[in-house]
Amino acid sequence: MTSISDPMLDVRDLEMHFAIGGGLLDRLKLDSGGLRLENPVVRAVNGVSFSIARGEIMALVGESGCGKSTVAKTIARIYKPTVGEIHIDGEDIAGHGFAEMLPVRAKMQMIFQDPYASLNPRQKVRDIVAEPLLEQTKSAADRKAVPAQIEKLLARVGLNAEHAGRYPHQFSGGQRQRIGIARALSVTPGLIVADEPVSALDVSIQAQILNLMKDLRDEFGLAYLFISHDLSVVHHIADRVGVMYLGFMVENAPRDILFSRPRHPYTRALLSAAPSIKPKRSSEEIVLSGEVPSALDLPTGCCFRTRCPFAWDRCARERPALQDVGAGQTVACHLTDEPERDHP
Amino acid sequence: MTTQTKSKPLLAVQDLHTHFHTFAGTVKAVNGVSFEIGAGEVMGLVGESGGGKSVVGFSILGLIDSPGKIEGGQILLDGQDLVTAGEDRLRQVRGREISMVFQDPMTSLNPLHTVGRQMDEVLCLHSDLDAGARKQACIDMLESVGISRAEERLKAYPHQFSGGMRQRVVIAIAMLARPRLIIADEPTTALDVTIQSQILKLMRQQIADKGASMILITHDLAVVSEMADHIAVLYCGNVVERGKTRELIETPTHPYTRGLIDSIPDTAERHDRLKQIPGSVPDIRNLPKGCNFKDRCPRAQALCAEREPSLTAQHGSLWAACHFPLKPGELA
Repeated sequence: MTSISDPMLDVRDLEMHFAIGGGLLDRLKLDSGGLRLENPVVRAVNGVSFSIARGEIMALVGESGCGKSTVAKTIARIYKPTVGEIHIDGEDIAGHGFAEMLPVRAKMQMIFQDPYASLNPRQKVRDIVAEPLLEQTKSAADRKAVPAQIEKLLARVGLNAEHAGRYPHQFSGGQRQRIGIARALSVTPGLIVADEPVSALDVSIQAQILNLMKDLRDEFGLAYLFISHDLSVVHHIADRVGVMYLGFMVENAPRDILFSRPRHPYTRALLSAAPSIKPKRSSEEIVLSGEVPSALDLPTGCCFRTRCPFAWDRCARERPALQDVGAGQTVACHLTDEPERDHP
Repeated sequence: MTTQTKSKPLLAVQDLHTHFHTFAGTVKAVNGVSFEIGAGEVMGLVGESGGGKSVVGFSILGLIDSPGKIEGGQILLDGQDLVTAGEDRLRQVRGREISMVFQDPMTSLNPLHTVGRQMDEVLCLHSDLDAGARKQACIDMLESVGISRAEERLKAYPHQFSGGMRQRVVIAIAMLARPRLIIADEPTTALDVTIQSQILKLMRQQIADKGASMILITHDLAVVSEMADHIAVLYCGNVVERGKTRELIETPTHPYTRGLIDSIPDTAERHDRLKQIPGSVPDIRNLPKGCNFKDRCPRAQALCAEREPSLTAQHGSLWAACHFPLKPGELA
């Protein structure tokens, strides 16, 4: 891995498993040997490591079920990770309890995908935005300053003071996402975890929100962990991109390198599948057949081998690890060792 | 592909008005939409939420229920008006001459019936084949949309298929009676990008094989530009621009089309900021006088507030409803 000195976020070998067994009777299975208690586990995230420098925008892309949102929610400590370390500003928060998380939340905030579900419909905008700030502000004198700060925040995200007294249902999707951003900004965090922040929005509104997020990064030196399934959005906003598949990070590279020289077959397929308004150069198109395997029953060896046009016997035996291939690009693929196989 | 049969279009929509009469006021969801589609053509209807594109699709199939009503205009299939046609005639049209692929494959299949039964229903209604021939037709169709072990899969229920597979089943059902026109309403919006490219490829191949036409309704300009021969851009229930796909994408004349194209982040070239369309769509119950887009338009002038622009011919194949259209290559 490329190591960044003093990163804002450093994630090491993160694993997140969910037991989906249900009740005792559901899990009880009868085989030849007698009764057995099954413990089915969804392996949503399987050993993901990366770091984000201060002021850097790192995007995680991948298709549904690849674990990108689970990574985000685990880092935001909505979930408690099964295994692994999460260092925020140098402090490992993987095992923190509720009270220990409170000061961490002043450094890290989250923006959610659905601007309809992520705002309390019974709270006025001013109360929504003020809540994290009041939680962090103990002295009465500082609390007095909160309303003025809220007004400034709302203005900064493109809303005005009269909006402060309204309820969420009185706003459009784009405006609600602005409220969510103001709430995240209120405690002046160093890191914002944004889980598909623009995918519920129309394209013209999406552009407004992306521009706003970029401006805020420049202004406040924010780092973002930006989760998205949309490659064109990621290309626009990210400095660095991690590609996930079935809970594994298969490639991690600076944006320009990833888009011009993708190495992993999945990244290449993803890039060639993305529709574009420009006529396609169909020179190097990898079309995938089949679908993503179940996270209940991961394939042996490489996670991608069941759909990979290059796969050979080694891929079933041996799980590829992320390898540094230079210029800050890391790839988890056996093709790196055996490049002569790189033609389907 | 683009053999324009101007003399006799397969479907002509003329000045269609579909309104919804709600307690909060009349929603003019479709407000004077006209377009034509020839045999074998793919027509894209694009626009943002609230543009009225789905309501156009539902209107064509007579699927508008109260409080909605088609208040005016004609929908001519082979010159025969569907707006005034009775329910009996519409039942013949649906599935046989015009079929529909919906956005969400989770909800457009009946969870209580096997896939085989849902496919068989179409052939029962629209063919006089016997049971054995119908089953064989279903198997052939499932195989042609890329579902293996088709005979076994006929006995499966929708929940036993993944999202992409389910959408293949929906397409198979839509193609079964060999309709001449398919209306696909956001057929790939619920799917992942690698599955989306499989499904788009399949739809392209199916309509080419069977010589059908398609109306592709989507919010995604990139998808439509890869699929359609012609595009119509809808805004607040009106067509604001239409024409051949490449011309419309490369040299749009309506500022809204230009804005839509510019706000798509492009992976080929990167700008520090995206061009954005300021503001948001006006309240459709209470549309402004004059041009609906004027409050968000960088080119708006006094005239735009007074008179609603109508579709006029621009360069090439383009028609736009704008008092101050862009010239080719001109930026907004």
